[in-house]
Amino acid sequence: MTDIIGASAATLAEMIITKNASSVEITSAFLDRMEKLNPKTNSYLHINRENSLEQAKNADKHLADGKPLSALHGVPIAVKDNLTTTDAPTTSGSKILEGWVPQYDATVVAKIRQAGMPILGKTNLDEFAMGSSTEFSAYGPSRNPWDLGRIPGGSGGGSSSAVSGHLAPLALGSDTGGSIRFPAAVTGSVGAKPTYGAVSRYGLIALASSLDQIGPVTNDVMDAALLQDIIAGHDPHDSTSLPNSLGSMTNAVREADVKGLRVGVVKQLSSDGFQDGVKERFEDTIEKLTAAGATIVEVDCPSFEYAVAAYYLILPAEASSNLAKFDSVRFGLRVMPEGNPTIERVMAATREHGFGPEVKRRIILGTYALSSGYYDAYYGSAQKVRTLIQQDLAKAFEVADVLLTPTAPTTAFKIGEKINDPLAMYLNDIATIPANLAGIPGMSVPNGLAKEDGLPSGVQILAPAMQDAQMYRVASIIEKLYVSEWGAPLISQAPDLEVL
Amino acid sequence: MSEITPDLVRHLASLSRILVTDQEVEQFAGELSVIVDSVAMVTKAVSGDVAATSHPIPMANVYREDVILPSLTQEQALSAAPDSADGRFKVNAILDED
Repeated sequence: MTDIIGASAATLAEMIITKNASSVEITSAFLDRMEKLNPKTNSYLHINRENSLEQAKNADKHLADGKPLSALHGVPIAVKDNLTTTDAPTTSGSKILEGWVPQYDATVVAKIRQAGMPILGKTNLDEFAMGSSTEFSAYGPSRNPWDLGRIPGGSGGGSSSAVSGHLAPLALGSDTGGSIRFPAAVTGSVGAKPTYGAVSRYGLIALASSLDQIGPVTNDVMDAALLQDIIAGHDPHDSTSLPNSLGSMTNAVREADVKGLRVGVVKQLSSDGFQDGVKERFEDTIEKLTAAGATIVEVDCPSFEYAVAAYYLILPAEASSNLAKFDSVRFGLRVMPEGNPTIERVMAATREHGFGPEVKRRIILGTYALSSGYYDAYYGSAQKVRTLIQQDLAKAFEVADVLLTPTAPTTAFKIGEKINDPLAMYLNDIATIPANLAGIPGMSVPNGLAKEDGLPSGVQILAPAMQDAQMYRVASIIEKLYVSEWGAPLISQAPDLEVL
Repeated sequence: MSEITPDLVRHLASLSRILVTDQEVEQFAGELSVIVDSVAMVTKAVSGDVAATSHPIPMANVYREDVILPSLTQEQALSAAPDSADGRFKVNAILDED
């Protein structure tokens, strides 16, 4: 079984197709490990044992019948718990949705089912994806497999800890300001946020609709490409879904070549505010790319200075309206105050009990930002900053094919370290937020361990909108440069979770 | 320093349909003041003639054919409701009796 746990999703798919292992064997191996180790990492809110084994059995039958197979046929996958699934509860990390089993599958869930991928379980997240550590989950924080006293990033810390701890070969995440990329960076895994609209958001419990995007969480770049190719594509259920295909990410990875590559380093995101070891790793990545033949240019993105501020106006504004649907009427929790209360009092009591502190904070902040008298100054200005950021990026992409930044300002911090300082927590996303504001693709790839604490660090690759293939190309180049140095992906250096 | 007073927090919470305790009001007033002071820098970022971006990838007039597609049955739609009666969602009175 050791050849199953730790193998890449691509390798597992190969084992299935060559009949060296069945989907049932592989799925069982992961379920056993999940049941044993999830108490340590709290990666999963729900383990989908019976249904996933049934799905694995069907995948094996499909293969035996000689039917056409997807590139990841039979490979089991973990799903972030803000994606609706008809065969498992969907809580979005909130008490207000405890026990809710949706009546429809998210489009990405339907697509992975179609691809013959059994669903291992639902992964933990900060409540409604609001946070960067999973400490705001109503069901307790997930823990980082590199050091169980530290956060696995957020909001998708359930998916990142599951994948980096080999409690799943790969997972789905969602990224509104960095919720796929930041967790990937601090757990030594790979995470990609596709171009806005490349993947349907139908069935994703919305946080901020103009920023949210679903993407892959994996242990290597090829697995991410394979998964993006499965989940991408137009969906009539999502009116913001792109009408055109962005091509094959898998081909981009296979054909990756450094020849002629122009790499931009963002002046505003390369020095100040980054931990020394993270900076040192980033410089190392740039040196490696230079040695391999890439041209490095410095690019100036002055409006990035305003990105976090704009984000924390736009996000709460959109979230406060998106979360109005949790009103105790159609689904979810209902709390009855004493006496004969009006519906309004029932709603207020339900939302008081059902929402945690960060969700309340952001709803109240969003309500403030949208209120008359402040709307133009705050929300209006934030939307203009979005335009300025797009203009900065357009200029930068005239001289560079991709931009690189460190993914996160620090390595994984300790659980509890930032929980009482919302503003400090918000700054974790300083390098990832511009991509969401501009709608461009962004991806984090491991680039080593920080010298001062021995914890993983990541490099972020940003590409122009719709050029996800260019991002995967560069991710693959960087991965190859490091794997040739390390002999194996970074994740192979992680401690053994069984003895932690 | 911004003026996120306890009274303003109470008002915003009431608009948001969230009951808040006195302790939460004090806590949020302090935290939100710090956050608003920090995000207020956006007002200095832009001068007049910059267009607002509400959506990162502009798309307009996204239509589909006007055909009936499968949707949830009434039973499915009501299946997760805290309370229902006669095929409808059931809620408390909207208006006070007095």
